[in-house]
Amino acid sequence: MSNDIFPTPTGIRSKVTPVFFPEHQMAIYKRLEDKHTTVEVENDPLGTKMILNLGPSHPATHGVLRIVLEIDGETIVKAVTDIGYLHRGIEKIAENKTYQEFMPYTDRMDYISPYANNVAWCLAVEKLCGIEAPRRAQYIRTIACEMARISSHLLWLGAMVMDGGALSMFLWTFRERENLYDIFDKLAGVRFTVSHSRIGGVAFDISDEVVEDIKNWNLKFRKELADWRKMLAGNPIWVNRIKDIGVLSKEKAIELGITGPNLRASGVAHDLRTFEPYLVYDEVDFDVVVREEGDCLARFFVRMDEMAESIKILDQLLDQLPEGDIRVDNAKQTYPSKTEVYYSMEGMIHDFMMTDVGVMPPEGVEIYHAIEGSKGELGFHLKSDGTGSPWRAKINPPSYRNLQALEYLMEGATIADTVVIIGSLDPVMGDCDK
Amino acid sequence: MTALQIHQKLQAFLGSSSILSADLGAKQPWVELSADHLLPVCQHLHQTPSLHFDFLHSLSGVDEGLEKNTLLVVYHLSSLIHEHQLVLKVRIPRPQEGQEPSQQIPSVSSVWRAADWHEREAFDLLGIPFSGHPDLRRILLPEDWEGHPLRKDYETGDEYHGIKIDY
Repeated sequence: MSNDIFPTPTGIRSKVTPVFFPEHQMAIYKRLEDKHTTVEVENDPLGTKMILNLGPSHPATHGVLRIVLEIDGETIVKAVTDIGYLHRGIEKIAENKTYQEFMPYTDRMDYISPYANNVAWCLAVEKLCGIEAPRRAQYIRTIACEMARISSHLLWLGAMVMDGGALSMFLWTFRERENLYDIFDKLAGVRFTVSHSRIGGVAFDISDEVVEDIKNWNLKFRKELADWRKMLAGNPIWVNRIKDIGVLSKEKAIELGITGPNLRASGVAHDLRTFEPYLVYDEVDFDVVVREEGDCLARFFVRMDEMAESIKILDQLLDQLPEGDIRVDNAKQTYPSKTEVYYSMEGMIHDFMMTDVGVMPPEGVEIYHAIEGSKGELGFHLKSDGTGSPWRAKINPPSYRNLQALEYLMEGATIADTVVIIGSLDPVMGDCDK
Repeated sequence: MTALQIHQKLQAFLGSSSILSADLGAKQPWVELSADHLLPVCQHLHQTPSLHFDFLHSLSGVDEGLEKNTLLVVYHLSSLIHEHQLVLKVRIPRPQEGQEPSQQIPSVSSVWRAADWHEREAFDLLGIPFSGHPDLRRILLPEDWEGHPLRKDYETGDEYHGIKIDY
């Protein structure tokens, strides 16, 4: 579909005739052309060159990621990533919501580890308003964040091994995720999109039953995890499938702004839990898992070992869990307790005010706060105008940053490798597209 | 290195009059520069061994409203080796719809490749013009979308390719 504004790029004329959203398609094909001179399909006597469109709806793209590849036989010559298929404009929504009202939207960003997103948002808002949640609340948050990390890594493990061709792993990891959901159900009253954290604390206290449940699950899960690691790391088919594939060097990873397990698999010991400790991570003892190779196998080992570290963290937190309040005792900063709401007039008014306008940070204050989510650095840049809703809430999601590496990693790889490369980066499109 | 030392280094590099404003006592110390000085400063911050700001955490565009009529870009930088952090701010007048922008912000994607998609996002959602960017096109919205949704004066259109927008 050629016209004056978007002339068909020379060379790929015979192969490309976009029908749907031609302007958008032509911009992407134009980008393929721009990057390295022209796509010379004409000078192709063997007929091995072509443009391949992978996604947006493809089981291996983990959502709605689209990649346009120029291939020569099996080898990828160049790749262009096209994202935004799950864009819901939640930064715009944030500007029209109170800080507390925005919480459920964060659940739906990285929907594999919703609790971590809630906590990231709460911590950012608390930093903006100068609120500090009580210690017991911090502990509950940390426990739930680590459970969310395990849950996220479990989904990644199942999906990546499935991308590699082994289906049974997916069922085993989902069985464990199911157990985790049950615990979240008891903790927060919701299995999946929890919204349990509150600005200034958490919604409900953690019961002894939940503590017992996590401990019991922990004991069983560490055996499972050790078995899986042994089974996969000792399996030459799996190891050879992902070894030396998608190599990301240390320098390149920093330059591309990669974060989280992907960065640590490239030999950079950067973890926000130790770099600038938040919550109660400075009170627990754990190792930052680092691998030097930077390939898919390294990313596999980093996440496997991170789950083991999370179990270690959970053990310590459950033993050290302090007694005390779960929310700040100040009705100007957070919701009053239900007892107060039901039995005192002031409590009810405060509850109403919290729902109506919520916390109001001072005018002009601006902060950036990030946590180490399961996929990397999840940051919020908030600017306040003195009202109950943010003037600007910029979300800095890890998947967005990590997917920038995709174009770089794809070039020179084969088509079959695209699947494991995407799998090893662990993108979640709800997170990436915002 | 503390924020004060970094600020002094920047002053020595640029001359004190080039730093428009700064708040070194804030929770996250920031320095505001003019758009012309941004690229040399970023290169200096990245390449000087004692500073070595090798990691760009975030780059966000902010519409400062119709009264101020400016657009702001905020850079959150840190050094993984020296473990120090810095926030840079650059402000330009709001470009008028349908006119060539009077001032552009130089792209820092040549310094940190991580800035590539962040700048595209700021261009897409706020219409901030970046000069020298290798591939400045929309990223989250489709190529033929009209307007920049995070601008404070943005008004949603009626429909997009037959899809009703306003509900």
